Amino acid sequence: MSNITNQSLSEILESIKSKKISSLELTQAYIKNIENAKKLNAFVTTTFDQALENAKKFDNKPNNEQLLSGVPLAVKDLFCTENVKTTAGSNILNNFVPSYESTVTKNLWNNGAFLLGKLNCDEFAMGSSNETSFFGNVINPIGDHLVPGGSSGGSSSALAADLTPATIGTDTGGSIRQPASFTGTVGLKPTYGLCSRWGIVAFASSLDQAGPMTKTVNDCSIMLEAMSGFDEKDSTSINKKKETYSKNLKDNIKGLKIGIPKEYRVDNMPKEIDELWEKGKKILKDLGAQLIDISLPHTKYALPTYYIVAPAEASSNLARYDGVRYGYRSQKGKDLIEMYENTRSEGFGDEVKRRILIGTYVLSSGYYDAYYLKAQKVRQLIKKDFDDSFTKVDAILTPSTPSSAFKIGEKTNDPVSMYLNDIFTVPVNLAGLPALSLPAGLDKQGYPLGLQLIGKALDEQKILNIGYAFEKNCGYKNEIKKWWS
Amino acid sequence: MSKEKFDYFINGEKGKYEVVIGLEVHAQVLSNSKLFSGSSTKFGADPNKQVSLIDSAFPGMLPVINEECVKQAVRTGLGLNAKINNYSVFDRKNYFYADLPQGYQISQYKNPIVGEGKVLLDMPYGSKEIGIERLHLEQDAGKSIHDMDPSSTYVDLNRSGIALMEIVSKPHLRSPDEVNAYIKKLRTIMRYLGTCDGNMQEGSLRADVNVSVRKVGDKNFGTRCEIKNVNSIKFMQMAIEYEANRQVELLEDGKEIDQETRLFDTKKNETRSMRSKEDAHDYRYFPDPDLLPLKLEQKLIDDLKKSLPELPDNKKERFIQEYGLNPYEANVLVSEKEISDYYEEVAKLSDKKLAATWMMGDLFAMLNDKGLNISNSPISAKNFAELVQSIKSGEISGRIAKEVFEIMVESGDNPKKIIESKGMKQQSDPKELEKMINEILSKNKDKVDQYKAGKEKLFGFFVGQVMKLSGGKANPQLTNEILKKLLKG
Repeated sequence: MSNITNQSLSEILESIKSKKISSLELTQAYIKNIENAKKLNAFVTTTFDQALENAKKFDNKPNNEQLLSGVPLAVKDLFCTENVKTTAGSNILNNFVPSYESTVTKNLWNNGAFLLGKLNCDEFAMGSSNETSFFGNVINPIGDHLVPGGSSGGSSSALAADLTPATIGTDTGGSIRQPASFTGTVGLKPTYGLCSRWGIVAFASSLDQAGPMTKTVNDCSIMLEAMSGFDEKDSTSINKKKETYSKNLKDNIKGLKIGIPKEYRVDNMPKEIDELWEKGKKILKDLGAQLIDISLPHTKYALPTYYIVAPAEASSNLARYDGVRYGYRSQKGKDLIEMYENTRSEGFGDEVKRRILIGTYVLSSGYYDAYYLKAQKVRQLIKKDFDDSFTKVDAILTPSTPSSAFKIGEKTNDPVSMYLNDIFTVPVNLAGLPALSLPAGLDKQGYPLGLQLIGKALDEQKILNIGYAFEKNCGYKNEIKKWWS
Repeated sequence: MSKEKFDYFINGEKGKYEVVIGLEVHAQVLSNSKLFSGSSTKFGADPNKQVSLIDSAFPGMLPVINEECVKQAVRTGLGLNAKINNYSVFDRKNYFYADLPQGYQISQYKNPIVGEGKVLLDMPYGSKEIGIERLHLEQDAGKSIHDMDPSSTYVDLNRSGIALMEIVSKPHLRSPDEVNAYIKKLRTIMRYLGTCDGNMQEGSLRADVNVSVRKVGDKNFGTRCEIKNVNSIKFMQMAIEYEANRQVELLEDGKEIDQETRLFDTKKNETRSMRSKEDAHDYRYFPDPDLLPLKLEQKLIDDLKKSLPELPDNKKERFIQEYGLNPYEANVLVSEKEISDYYEEVAKLSDKKLAATWMMGDLFAMLNDKGLNISNSPISAKNFAELVQSIKSGEISGRIAKEVFEIMVESGDNPKKIIESKGMKQQSDPKELEKMINEILSKNKDKVDQYKAGKEKLFGFFVGQVMKLSGGKANPQLTNEILKKLLKG
């Protein structure tokens, strides 16, 4: 057995199926990797005993008919896992053990996978660098001084460092796609409502969406198929027939129309991002796709709109963390109000507090119309821009991020420049559309860069197909030196 | 029925004031489970036994609307002759409190499920229409218990998430009596519809009372105060009395009324300030992103409309037409659906008018006495009808009927059986009566002479003697006739 853990999920599944490797051996290999990678700080909790138990159970009675037969998976610590601590990267939940399993993780386990551990993330998924976690920042395996992106930074780091064969994250404004881009991996934010939000610690309900993070596009389609599906426990879940993304994956994209939005060429964007975009266009054109210039005129309002809508919802969603029923409670304070104040002051970190304050402010009487209501109107315009474009094109190609992975600490004191990192990803969340981030090249420092494919609502199959064709022809190879072990 | 004049005014030295009242009634929706979760809504369970992960706001939990609660709100709206909105929105009302697990209450703010409607009141001075502003659905909060421990507060979340209908009236009420009539009418309508049990002791019906005063003839409203969460009609009336007089006193003294939220202290019988307008919460309402807007198909509304039961106003009209009752009788007999059902069953089998009289008299007095409802009355409608028929046919007298009634209450027996076995049948055979009366007259010759001499008062004495001798069974009418005839002769 040569190093199984640097293979793709689909290759691993093949090895399990053909009994080249047992589920137990596979699990042990990942445990060894994880134990050697503590420096990356990707895990908040490991569930090795449980994983080994499940692996043995699988080996005794293998069922290879499932999508994820016998595979251990680590997941972002925003998904509630039954009897396994779920922290959302926050002190306020650092002792919280749910009695229930999120729908998305349950779907994974029902497809034959089992839990390997819980991955670090920005506190309540608020951040773009995984530096806001109560459990410390995560390090990008690309370089020991680099952030892995955020908020699903533990996920991207663990995946790129071969600590899990695939993983899942959540994406509210880019939290899957940006870390995927920073680590040279594939990340998909599905259509809003495709994956159930039930059992996922909420950040901004109208934007949150769980999605897969994988090494290949094929892996991405397998994971999406396993995790998605209608859930009557989530009122915003879309009731539609389940799709078989992996079986339908095709690399023929001849004749497809790809939109190139002029508004995604922003000021001060590094030249190499532009060059990467050009390279992407050329690859798709060579594959027979037709490039069409389009305009998404309200793009420039997306970031401010997002930073009103998301904090507004967050300020309300996070009100339940009050120390009364579960989670952290401060022992200081002489009455209820003081208990609240101390619990929330001690329980939340700075970025979370900042967003609660912004959100509370924009919903306040006298400011509601000027901020929240206006933001909702702009949101409709942004959505309409996309709707209009999709009458002309099949998908839209943009860069995933305006830069490669930045240095740890580089933006921590400048929240606005941190927020600007989400400039290409947030419009998609505001419009509820699916978008795929693909590794597409390296910058001159050798750090990965990603391109983003945006699809129509529920058109995951099409962007996966384009991504699949692109991947085969891009020549990108993620070669990471394991400096940490 | 003679019409009285409305006369609830407060007389000050500077003028005569009228009281303007609007109510926000919180009515608990009758449903098996809560508004957004599957937890039971049954009253009286041990603390925190009817609480799901959703009701206690665990991370990642999401609300899913209970369709039955939506239907109940629509039914209620239809019963209030109100406009049903095909599109409504659930909003979050944000505030912190220990018994509010989510840190927000899911309610409806700008787009309620039910719009304007109206309720008709029967007042001694005529009927009066009270406008309904809106009805919306919202979650109830839990309960904080402060008196179980000297240093801690306990929280019971059984109520948390139970569906409430907030029914907001227009400021059309003008007296405590009208408030009484309004609440009772609302309760009657909802009980007919089966949408709220109206049980005020269990907190199924509470109200926030808005009170202001103004000089009679003034077009503009005065500054209002809101008295929060009053849970009995009596307390509402007392609170209004107190509050209106307090406001008039302030105005008479040349002072201003502060718009504020007040609490009614039931022990001291007074309202006191809870928070001023400046301290009012900023609830930061916004549409709940976990829930899609509620879109109602017109067909659903139409179907619900078709399936509504007959409502009290219509039933009252029908009782007047069909049973020849007067409006007062009809009003009383439709005040509860169970009462009207009982009456109709009795009326089918007996004299309609006499049935009404006996129900509203002896039956209600007995139920009231025993603290019973019509639905657990010891006398079945069928037996009661037989009793009424026995009176009507002359089989027993009204006086005997009262005795039979007593026995029926105790035994639950059929009146025919009681009359038979106790030999209580009325003596209506003229020959027998004549024999009996002759016997009495011959025994009381002196009194007969006095009577004939002009002491006509003695007639009653002879009737009494007949009743005594017959054990109360002599037919009173026949007795009178025969006595008169024999005394003349």
